Amino acid sequence: MIQLTDITKVFDGAAGQNRALDGVTLTIQTGEVYGIIGESGAGKSTLVRCINLLEHPTSGSVVIDGQDVTGLQGRALRELRADVGMIFQGINLFQQRTVLDNVIFPSTLASAAGRISGKEAQDRGRELLKLVGLEGKEGSYPSQLSGGQQQRVAIARALMTRPKYLLCDEATSALDTLTTSQVLDLLARINEELGVTIVLITHSLAVARRICGRIAVMEAGRVVEEGTVAEVFGNPQAEVTRALLQFEGGAQ
Amino acid sequence: MDLSAFIEKYGALLAQGTVDTTVMVLASTLGAYVIGIVLGTLLTVVAPDGLRPNRVAYSVIGWLVNMARSLPFIILLLFLIPVTRAVVGTTLGVPAAVFPLIVSAAPFVARMVESSEAEVDRGLIEAATSMGASTWEIILKVYLREGLPSLLRGLPIVIITILGYTAMAGTVGAGGLGDIAIRYGYQRYQDDVMIATVIILVIMVQVIQTLCNLLVRGCDKRMRS
Repeated sequence: MIQLTDITKVFDGAAGQNRALDGVTLTIQTGEVYGIIGESGAGKSTLVRCINLLEHPTSGSVVIDGQDVTGLQGRALRELRADVGMIFQGINLFQQRTVLDNVIFPSTLASAAGRISGKEAQDRGRELLKLVGLEGKEGSYPSQLSGGQQQRVAIARALMTRPKYLLCDEATSALDTLTTSQVLDLLARINEELGVTIVLITHSLAVARRICGRIAVMEAGRVVEEGTVAEVFGNPQAEVTRALLQFEGGAQ
Repeated sequence: MDLSAFIEKYGALLAQGTVDTTVMVLASTLGAYVIGIVLGTLLTVVAPDGLRPNRVAYSVIGWLVNMARSLPFIILLLFLIPVTRAVVGTTLGVPAAVFPLIVSAAPFVARMVESSEAEVDRGLIEAATSMGASTWEIILKVYLREGLPSLLRGLPIVIITILGYTAMAGTVGAGGLGDIAIRYGYQRYQDDVMIATVIILVIMVQVIQTLCNLLVRGCDKRMRS
């Protein structure tokens, strides 16, 4: 379970202070697929980066499985990060490493819990590539794969250290519709079969509808609405949710 | 004078000069890269948007690098003579030339390393951080590993620049092809020796560039289909 309590994040910029997060409180239950939706600039990315402390909250607390991780630093922080997988819109595979070396990369870091090496790591890497449907691509380089294949390698890499949580930052936004659908199916399977809790950021209502159990809608650094997909989309309370739904309806 | 007579007379001298130049270039390149990679990576790490931003360190290192780079090599060479004597024990010969060559080339390499590392996608740094990589691991496994093709592309530029500098070092008794060209070709008006050194230098540059190109091609895994 991830509990975010009254998270505020203020960036000091040239143009003065920017309050990216303004008192966000939400709880992500173990085993669910939790969606965070909203327009660009609503604070979704910053919020999810507070979970693995890629961004340190200005105030508020992050509690993961009962442990307050907000103030973690150094080795303890790196060990926490090794336990929380993350995938990105930009995919971010290492271009100079083979697909297999990308997947086993996290296990080569000192922070990896129960560090495995050599053949054991390779075997697990191959197993994960099989899970994401990329058997036989072990020796390829990322530049030889399609965008969807690359994102599946990134998913395999994020699972290498057997994390309990997987953070997805607009992971399908750069992919076309069909590929998006395949990647979402894969994420759903990972959630069901491996029991990995997924936190998924998206600006796409279709993505949220497809995979999420509960969602939070963000606007200007605040959560303006939260509930199951059926509740929120069936009976939207916030202005921004209605606008998003209306736009989606208009686009179809 | 025909070719065989020329080779008989100057062959050993030119061969020795070629060996001296090669040794000076290789030793200086190695030294310059050892120091340059450390300095350049430090610059990357302490930069305002780096892994460990440090305004003071960034300014001080940047200032030192710029200062060393603003001196023309021939001036630096003369300026460093007392230091060279203290460090190497002599100001003559190949070892004495290597020291100022390293001092001059290292800051140049530092800037090239910094720029290669700046080309590494910030997303990769964030991804590695999210996996729990430490600063050291990010430097070794991401910056240097992903920046390697770009670093290697800079290598022939550095080697060939140093090769040019060795000729200047020749003027203060370093030996090598530059020394031969100046003493025989220029001061004794021996055009044949001058031409021979030029031909050897041209061949050396072509070989260096070709080898480095092959190295880069073998190493860069991007944009291959």
